[in-house]
Amino acid sequence: MSTDAPAEPKSEIGEINKYNFRTETTGVFKAKKGINREIVNQISDIKGEPDWMREFRLRSLEIFESKPMPKWGGAIDIDFQDIYYYLKPTDHQGKTWDDVPQEIKDTFDKLGIPEAEKKFLAGVKAQFESEVVYGSLEEDLAKKGVIFTDTDTAVREHPELLREYFGKIIPPEDNKFAALNSAVWSGGSFIYIPKGVSIDFPLQAYFRINAESMGQFERTLILVDEGANVHYVEGCTAPMYSTESLHSAVVEVVVKRNARCRYTTIQNWANNIYNLVTKRAYAYGDATMEWVDGNLGSKLTMKYPAVHMKEPGARGEILSIAFSSAGQHQDAGAKLVHEAPNTTGQIISKSISKNGGRSSYRGLVAVHPGAHNSKNNVVCDALILDPESRSDTYPYIEISEQDVQIGHEASVSRIGEEQMFYLLSRGLSEQEASTMIVNGFIEPLVKELPMEYAIEMNRLIQLQMEGSVG
Amino acid sequence: MTHVLKIEDLHVSVGDKPILRGVNLTINHGETHALMGPNGSGKSTLGLAIMGHPGYEVTSGSITLDGKDVLEMGPDERARAGIFMAFQRPMAIPGVKMADFLRHATTNVRRPDRKEGEELIPMREFRKELREKMEHLRMDSEFARRYVNDGFSGGEMKRAEILQLAMLQPKFAVLDETDSGLDADAVRLASESIADIGHQKMGLLIITHHDKLLEHNPPEFTHVMLGGRLVETGGKELAVELHQHGYDRIRKAYPDAEALNQKLLAEDAEEALA
Repeated sequence: MSTDAPAEPKSEIGEINKYNFRTETTGVFKAKKGINREIVNQISDIKGEPDWMREFRLRSLEIFESKPMPKWGGAIDIDFQDIYYYLKPTDHQGKTWDDVPQEIKDTFDKLGIPEAEKKFLAGVKAQFESEVVYGSLEEDLAKKGVIFTDTDTAVREHPELLREYFGKIIPPEDNKFAALNSAVWSGGSFIYIPKGVSIDFPLQAYFRINAESMGQFERTLILVDEGANVHYVEGCTAPMYSTESLHSAVVEVVVKRNARCRYTTIQNWANNIYNLVTKRAYAYGDATMEWVDGNLGSKLTMKYPAVHMKEPGARGEILSIAFSSAGQHQDAGAKLVHEAPNTTGQIISKSISKNGGRSSYRGLVAVHPGAHNSKNNVVCDALILDPESRSDTYPYIEISEQDVQIGHEASVSRIGEEQMFYLLSRGLSEQEASTMIVNGFIEPLVKELPMEYAIEMNRLIQLQMEGSVG
Repeated sequence: MTHVLKIEDLHVSVGDKPILRGVNLTINHGETHALMGPNGSGKSTLGLAIMGHPGYEVTSGSITLDGKDVLEMGPDERARAGIFMAFQRPMAIPGVKMADFLRHATTNVRRPDRKEGEELIPMREFRKELREKMEHLRMDSEFARRYVNDGFSGGEMKRAEILQLAMLQPKFAVLDETDSGLDADAVRLASESIADIGHQKMGLLIITHHDKLLEHNPPEFTHVMLGGRLVETGGKELAVELHQHGYDRIRKAYPDAEALNQKLLAEDAEEALA
């Protein structure tokens, strides 16, 4: 289906697409470049936050400053003082799209968000730079007690619920970028699904970076109460600039007993974005947590969604797709931690590298003492399209329990001359043939997505493949 | 106008190893040619050279289709010009459904000038045609949803190749052992299908070791390949003779070609061991 899409205009880098446009906005407030106590206090002042949050931010800033950069993953060359940490695009959040400033509304129109909302979403949050500028939730879900709001609003309106979990699944001490997010976070989603409530359609958040040298630090917390069920989807894009921008989110998820949460990311950042994100879920008794993580674009992505299976019967599943092209490094993967007996984990990772791109799978499987009868299976497949490209696998396994079943399979393949010849001999062009092989490679994951996202994913792959055969 | 595929003094090497040493062959549209010969004689090489496999280098000679230089074309252009090969061992393309693959292939072959990204044959129209062709070949409709050659049995692969022949309706087709690895019923079904789809409707070059396929598709010409050359050409009776008596007469009659054939076989064996 993907190959039906009409050809898009191409840029000098060969993968320009409908996401690469800049919006002229005035904005209502832009903090000075750089990070220090003054900036952090300023963000807290503007948001009118309670003291506990201000203290959390300042403490996190100290942790950020004291922590070294990660010594593994990709090369990070960021001047932290050359980034804008807070940009408020509008002074209020729209409840209808007409409430949103015209130029920002136009931005999301171009990205197809209002249209998707009408067709198949139960609720939407749209974040532009540092703030959520639009939010909606179906009325009957709100009546059932579902909360879907931005995290800033949640600090004001649901402080007790939020404080019980905020920074508890991913504390600022976790890593340098989690500390940075904790210090300057703004926006993101706060979701609470009450006991037994099941949402049939996805809730979606869309994150747009527009300004140059911008840092976006959304903070998301999802609480799925016992027996509840939710599918949350996030999309991310930004226009291309010559200087780097930084996206560093923290996402915490709690899935209580018998509940289910699926978190799908379709990220298509511009190639100047450092995407350094920490995502972690706690799954309790017989709960299921699934991360579906599609990573396209960005200069460097370091992201390893995690599931900690805290009680017996918990399940964690991670499906990861990474696509890296010229000048890109996707260091993506997954973490599964079995902390209780009878827990089940699965990681399926598919990576594609072309035009000198580099994809790495980095994964951890840990089984704690006492987590007997746990099962874990990891499959990671890499497809390399040309000799200039690269793929690496870094699997870490820490097993402290005898009675477990662990499986690990890895494969690396190149598009074979024979496969290519076969498709060409049937009249397909080289471009069509390689796109078809790549789409086939990720098909086992794409078919897990709801139809609309599967189409989007195939379309993104198509865009990435354009101009790949010279 | 009758279409003509013309091969003149064709020399083909794989790596630096010469395999074909001057093949001459003219196939008119509607004719059926049987290509026979012992293992290692170069039959598949001729097919792959006609289709344009990048590993098979034409060192001299020519291939033309209606006077147009085929050697100038890439494999995709050859397909669009009306050349087809049913492969002995078709490649698996995991994750790509037969129907999607065939819709692209069929569109491109029928609309050779189609630019990338332009519309494909409408889904409804394509599905209807595919369903009819599959029913005709007694293929389960589930087949269209399976991934191309992925986990197919030998018989399924061959039938998938015949389905492609039926959908693409080429002017000329090389069938490389499309009847091998099949049980008796499947050979009969394949032979009947090819007769129905291709016999006298295209130019056929049939490479086979069995007699069933040629019984259903009686060749006007039978060529015998040995040591990379066509050493003898006859009618249908030559195919019958070779099926009944094997290649002993040919090997004795053409000792130089036989020596080359043995040499190539020995080198292949060495490479397989290395």
